Formats: sequence, structure tokens, C-alpha cells
Amino acid sequence: MAAKTLTIDGQMVGAAEDQTILEAARDAGIHIPTLCHLEGVQDVGACRLCLVEVTGINKLLPACVTKVTEGWEVRTSSERLQRYRRMVLELLFAERNHVCAVCVANGHCELQNLAVSLGMDHVRFDYQHPRLDVDLSHRLFGMDHNRCVLCTRCVRTCWYIEGAGTLNVAGRGEKSKIITDLNAPWGDSTTCTSCGKCVMACPTGALFYRGVTVAEMERDRGHLEYIVTAREKKQWIV
Amino acid sequence: MVLEELVQIKEQELASRKKFTLRCCLAAGCVSSNAQAVKDALDRAVKEAGLEKEVEVRGVGCMRLCCEGPLVAVDPAEVLFEKVAPADCDALVATLKGVPSQLKRGDLTAPFFKHQLSIVLENCGLVDPDRIESYIAADGYLALRNVLREMTPQEVVQLVTRSGLRGRGGAGYPTGLKWATVAKTTSSRKFVICNADEGDPGAFMDRSVLESDPHRVIEGMIIAAYAVGADQGFIYVRAEYPLAIQRLQTAIRQAKQYGLLGSGVFESPFNFNIEIRIGAGAFVCGEETALMASIEGRRGQPRPRPPFPAESGLWGHPTLINNVETFANIPPIALKGAEWFAGIGTERSKGTKVFALAGKITNTGLIEVPMGTPLRTIVEEMGGGAPEGGQIKAVQTGGPSGGCIPASQLDTPVDYESLAKLGSIMGSGGMIVMDQTTNMVDVARFFMEFCMDESCGKCVPCRAGTVQMHHLLRKVMDRKATSRDLAKLEELCDMVKNTSLCGLGQTAPNPVLSTLRYFRNEYLELLQPAPKQPAAVAPATGIF
Amino acid sequence: MILAKSRNRVSASTPPKAAGDKRYKILETQMKRFQYRQDALIEVLHRAQELFGFLDHDLMRHIAHHLRLPPSRVFGVATFYHFFNLKPKGAHSCVICMGTACYVKGADKVVAALEKEYGIKAGETTEDGKFSLATARCIGACGIAPAVVYDGVVTARQTPESALEIVKGWLRHGS
Repeated sequence: MAAKTLTIDGQMVGAAEDQTILEAARDAGIHIPTLCHLEGVQDVGACRLCLVEVTGINKLLPACVTKVTEGWEVRTSSERLQRYRRMVLELLFAERNHVCAVCVANGHCELQNLAVSLGMDHVRFDYQHPRLDVDLSHRLFGMDHNRCVLCTRCVRTCWYIEGAGTLNVAGRGEKSKIITDLNAPWGDSTTCTSCGKCVMACPTGALFYRGVTVAEMERDRGHLEYIVTAREKKQWIV
Repeated sequence: MVLEELVQIKEQELASRKKFTLRCCLAAGCVSSNAQAVKDALDRAVKEAGLEKEVEVRGVGCMRLCCEGPLVAVDPAEVLFEKVAPADCDALVATLKGVPSQLKRGDLTAPFFKHQLSIVLENCGLVDPDRIESYIAADGYLALRNVLREMTPQEVVQLVTRSGLRGRGGAGYPTGLKWATVAKTTSSRKFVICNADEGDPGAFMDRSVLESDPHRVIEGMIIAAYAVGADQGFIYVRAEYPLAIQRLQTAIRQAKQYGLLGSGVFESPFNFNIEIRIGAGAFVCGEETALMASIEGRRGQPRPRPPFPAESGLWGHPTLINNVETFANIPPIALKGAEWFAGIGTERSKGTKVFALAGKITNTGLIEVPMGTPLRTIVEEMGGGAPEGGQIKAVQTGGPSGGCIPASQLDTPVDYESLAKLGSIMGSGGMIVMDQTTNMVDVARFFMEFCMDESCGKCVPCRAGTVQMHHLLRKVMDRKATSRDLAKLEELCDMVKNTSLCGLGQTAPNPVLSTLRYFRNEYLELLQPAPKQPAAVAPATGIF
Repeated sequence: MILAKSRNRVSASTPPKAAGDKRYKILETQMKRFQYRQDALIEVLHRAQELFGFLDHDLMRHIAHHLRLPPSRVFGVATFYHFFNLKPKGAHSCVICMGTACYVKGADKVVAALEKEYGIKAGETTEDGKFSLATARCIGACGIAPAVVYDGVVTARQTPESALEIVKGWLRHGS
């Protein structure tokens, strides 16, 4: 496989030609924030947090789905990118009811961590305060739509890692919602295998184990990677 | 089908023409003004007058001046009757025998007709869309025959490239370049898609073409398929256009019967089939990756490009997507040559453009003008200006992705670059005229509501950003916004434009940006004085 | 538990009311014509809605089973597109075009008048199931704006008064 050389934030980086900017940056120790990206499932380029600038290209490019190109000069954290990223987070916080103080994922939440690391300390947009349900019909797991950021990590995990196709997005635009089967209560789903991988995939407190209380929802993200490497590479890395 | 048969059909068709032809518009605009009843009444009146041998009543497609429908044209007298009612038909038929009548006649020498140059629409209103013979009589499918017999696929691509034709769907990407990219790929399967998901509110060009001259689009698609090496085509058409769907189905069936579709087109080794796919009410499906997802039976959500459809499209195969008007330009280019086409229009925008003229304007309807025609000629001369002595305030082009051009800029020539310079876009061809009673902030809010409802919800800036922009615009309209809100709105416009995944989000701020640019006063007049203390939007502790 | 569920799944594929309902037969023939291809889902949903008027859960499950798709996929697609209804429509329907041309010529006032008179929002049906009010994105009849589609018939140049009169006429004569 041919290697490509490019610079990321001024640093010379070598990468395999099928690598994405995100992978090349990660290998070089450069952190690009992501939310909808999850190791092991197909990327969708939806959250727009990983947008980067490339010299000579007008548009911002999503690092998670953009392949490296020889000679590119990539910038991952310009003032402008930082501002856009903070706005993405503001929009997410204003969209649904993300009240960290009473959230099961408080302290273990990717959205919260991103807000802290990107310095998004207040939301300038009016909160939409939608009235959304919490589905507690499943005997092991719960789904709180108030905390959902529609990253679809759970959906992709369910389809591509577990293969059950239980979860999907219904509706569109701001009315989008994660559903199980024909919008049945999760507990009544005839396709769910109760594997729990979606819960491991969720970045926020939207999917959680029944019985956990505020700030208790920690998840073993490594477990998902374990399954993916086992499946794809026949390597069981414990 | 071979050339001799084609010529024979044409001659038969021409020989069967009667002394007079009454062309009755049966496109959707006139049909909704009761045109089908008018056609039936004409049939009856001709029969009762005993003129069946001399007069043919032909249902045709759009005759342009929709606001005066139902329209009936008389050949060879070159008379156009307007607002014809079924009760008028006896008198109308009587005029053929020289009996004078009080019926309303249109002035075919008026600027509305005089300034038109018909290439795409040359058959619209003349041929019977339900009869392939009628199209063949107008030299239909002759271009296809010539291409298949006399040109290699590479030559066809070169022809289109030389013509300078650019995509008529909005962005104006050079058509020849797109074709060349698909032609160069070495996949075993390739597809051609006709994008007939005309979603811009206020646009009805493609609908009119499909309803009036469906074979033209099919012929263009077959030529494209030959040029790029595709064997399967899809026409993705909106469910809101039942008449267009019906006429396309008829046209495809007839083309198959004549051996113009299927295996061995024109008895050449080239095979091509077309299937119709009906949309289900999602504006975003006009975006090409979303459209392909929809053809594949999935949620019509766009995906990041690259890979572009030309490399990896439908089911992963190279796919050529052009819109209706682009395909309709192909047969005349093949017939009359690239140089002829390149001789029309401006330096960088060749040929003509069809516009749907609507809104606060005297003459609403369909027009086709050479690229570079000044907006003023279109709205003031052809459109007749605002009705009832009103003043034109702005012209909106490009629908929810476009912008409002103020009256002061009416001397701008209509071409891709000039419109982009004004902060609007050519778009697919909707042109809505607004007068002094139109509130421009409300127009921006209207389009933002549209984008908000039509956002697929996949990427955050478009899904949540359009909601917030709409909320802010609503606040301005309700006189509850401050200058701080306006600043937020502008910041959001910039962010959504630059960070959204697909064209819908990237262009959603355009109507706001263009009205802010030209009609900022209207925003400022609605603002509240800003409070001295910044409003506590949300206590930071409430979040985390 | 998993076993019990899979039995449910098999029985759910042929809804009890399907027996004796000819429309299910017709739909199956249509699906067969598409060779039960998964990518024909939208086409099949169109046919199903033509036959049944709307898509209920039994029907969607039936389609999912025959196209071998997870139910969530069918629901996701059916709710993505505005054209598909998951609830029955009223006996009469009035669709007001809210395209730009119709909007600048006062279509919003027609909507407002009907909403006020019948106490429903666009997209809803009156409680007695007699009348559904909806808006359309643009029906492409901009030349005759504002356009309203009454029970499938496009009608030119409507006003709040003319619309109210037509709808009142429907409801007076029953369905």
C-alpha cells in the first residue's frame, strides 16, 4: 500500500493511502474532536465536529470520512473551526433536554466532555424544551430521548455489529427519533437480542442500564472494540 | 425501428393533418382551470358543426401563459384563445368558418411571446404528449438515430462538452465534464438518472416539460446512456405530479413498442431500459446522493461526497444524474450541433433557460429565454410588471437555496455567475416576483420554515441550526428580537452555510443572507432596543 | 423467551384481518412483481397506501416480512417521506399549496381560515373523520396561485371565503 505524506497542524505525517484524516491525525497524536464517529462502524460524517481546513480547498472537510491526499496541509483547530464546534454543541444542548445535574451519564458523557474541552460554557440559543418520552419497557435497558443527540451510533451498532436491525431513525429533521421495530416499546421488540451493544455505543445518557442512577452510567466502550476486532480480524484482545 | 420507418411515421403523421388544428392545453395549470372539459366540448362542437374532416382537436402541453388558461390555439391562423370555457366552444369552432366572436384573444406579438426562444420547449404546446407519432413528426428520435448510427460514445461526450451546456438543476456543473467522468469509468454496470424531483416551491418548469413533451426527455436520456455506457435508467419524479407520471409511463411504453427502448435500440447493439421511481414528498431527495438512497428504497438522506455518484452511485455503480431540462437540451444539440448551441447565450452560460414566472406579476407562466437576458426584460416586459399598478420590490430565484434580488438590480443579465454575484443562484428556474406588499423578513422566514421542515435531520447544523434560525426570524417578525438576536442569526447563517453536510443546509441561509444584504432596514425596523444587561439565557449550572 | 418471540414473529407476518381481505392479496401480487426486492420498499409502500389509504402497523409488518426487512427499516422509511400516512385520512381532503407563489398570494390566509373554522391544524383530521386539512410544498401550479386541491381536484385562485364555502358544502351534505 502506497504511503502518503501530508502535514497536519504543521506536523509532517505519513499515512497509508486508505486512511482517513482522522486516523492519520490520531496515529500522529493529534486529537480531532468527534461525536458520531465510533470505531468499528461505518462513518456518516453527521456531527460535523471533526471538520478540518485544507489549504486550497474552499470547503471544510469531515476528517472521519475524508481520505488523506499527498501534500495536503490540514489544520484541525483554527479559531474558526473552534467557534463552529462550540456552536454545534450549543445547538445540541438547546435542541433537547440535556440537564447534566440529573443525568445518569453525568461525568461520563461525551457531550459534556466535549463542552468542557472545547470551552462551550454557555448556550446563547433559546432552549427548545421538547416534551420527549423515556422508554423503560425493556427489562435491562432504558432509552431517554431527552438526552439523545441523534448521532446514530446505536443504530449503526445494531445493524453492523449485532446485525439485528432493531433500531432505526424515524421521522426527519428536528422530529427525528430513535425507534425500535415499528416504534413499539423497546420491551415489546421482536427483533432485539438484548445484547446491549447499543448501550455501550451511546455517547450520552440516552441509552442506559436499568437501575443506574445519576452519574452512575459508565460504559465499557472497549468491549465494543473487542467484539469488532474479534469478528473482523479474528483477534481476541482482552 | 430503422430510419426508413421513422421517416415513414413522420410522413404518415403529417399527411393525416387536417386543414385546421385546435390545440387545447392539457398541462396541469390549464387542467386545473377545467381544460379537459374544454377539450371535450371542442370535440363535440367540431362534430356538431360537421367539421370532423377539416378540424383536428389535439390535446397538447403547456402554451406558456398559465394565468390566462384554459388556452386554445388555432393553426394555421395563429390565434390564441384565452380563458376558454366549455360554453365558448361552439363559437370558437364557428370562427373557423369566419364567424366573428367575442372570445378573448391573446396577443401573440406581445413581449411575453416575442422574447421567447424555444429550444427545450420547442415542442411544448405543439405535440400531443400522449402520442409518440406526434413527437416523431416533429423530428423526434431523429437525433438518437443519428447518434447511434454516426457517432461513437466519445464523440457524443465531446459534442456535449463543446456545446458548453451546464446542468440546469441549479449548480451549473458542466454537463460534458460529468458525462466524461462517468464514461471513463470501467464498471460493468452504469446508470443514468433523470432528476425530476422538482422540489423548489414556485418552480414548475420540469413538470411542464414532462407533461408536454415526455419523449424529449427520454430521448435525451437514451443518448446520454449511449455516451456513458449505461444500460439502465431511472426517472425520479415527484408524487405531486401525477399527470407527468402518467404521461411518462405512456411515453416509455410507446418507445418500447417502437424499439427505441429495450434491447437493440434502433437495431443497434445498444440496450437501454428506463424505470420510473416515484418520490414520496421529500425536498432533500433533489440532492443527488439522497435521491439515489431513495431509489434504493431507503430514507432519503444525503451522504458525504466524495465519492461522487459519477464514481460510486446507485448500488455503488457509476451513475450519471442530470435534471429534466438538461436532458431535454440534448436532442437539439445532437441534431443541430454544438456550435449552434454555443452560439446562444453568454460567454460562460450557453443556450437558453426555462423559468417559471409567478407571484405578484401580471403574466404568470412559463418562459424560455436566451441566457444573459436581463431580469428587467423578463419581469417588466414579458411579465408585464406587478399587477394593479403595484411596484416590483424583488425577484426571488433559486427557491429555498436562492436569494431575493432587489428591483435596483433588475438590469442584471440572467446567467449562473451574475446571479451568484448577487447572492442568489440560477436554481432550477423558479422566479417569484414580490411587490411592495411583501415583507422580506417574512419571505426569509417562509423559506427557513421550508428548510427546517425539509431537513433530513442527519447533520447537526442543518437539523438544529434551521430550527434556531427560524426561531430567531419568528422573533424578529413578532417584534421581540434585539440587535443581539440579529447578530446571532448572522453568525448561525455563516456556520450552517459552512458546516452542513449537503446542499440543502449549505444553501438554507441564502434567503436570509440576501434579504439582510438588500433589505436590512426591514429587519432593523422590527427590532427591539437591546436590554442593558445581557439576558440570562440559561444559567450555566443548568447544563453541566 | 427469545424462542417465544420468534414464534410471534411468524404469526405477525400474516395479520389476522388479512384473511378474507382481498387487498392483501393484491399487495402480495404487486410485491411479487417487484420480486420482493428490498430496494422496492418505497414503491411497495406507495401501492399499499393506494390500496389501504394509510399504513398501519399490521400492514407495515406484513411488508417487512415479505421484503425480508427489519420492521424498523420500514417504519424509518415510511415516516421519512411526507407522502405516507400512518393514520387514516378524512372522508374529504383539502390540500393547500404553500409554495412560494401561493404563499405570496395569500395561501397562508386560506390555511388560517380553515384551521380556525374547524379547530384542526394542517396535517390533522377532524374528530368525526370527515375532513382532513393538509398543506403541500408546491404542486407546481404556480401560474394559478393560490391553488388548493379539493379531494384530488386542483382548483385555481382560492380565497379564505371560497375555500370555506367548498368545505362547508361537503360537510353539509355529509360524505
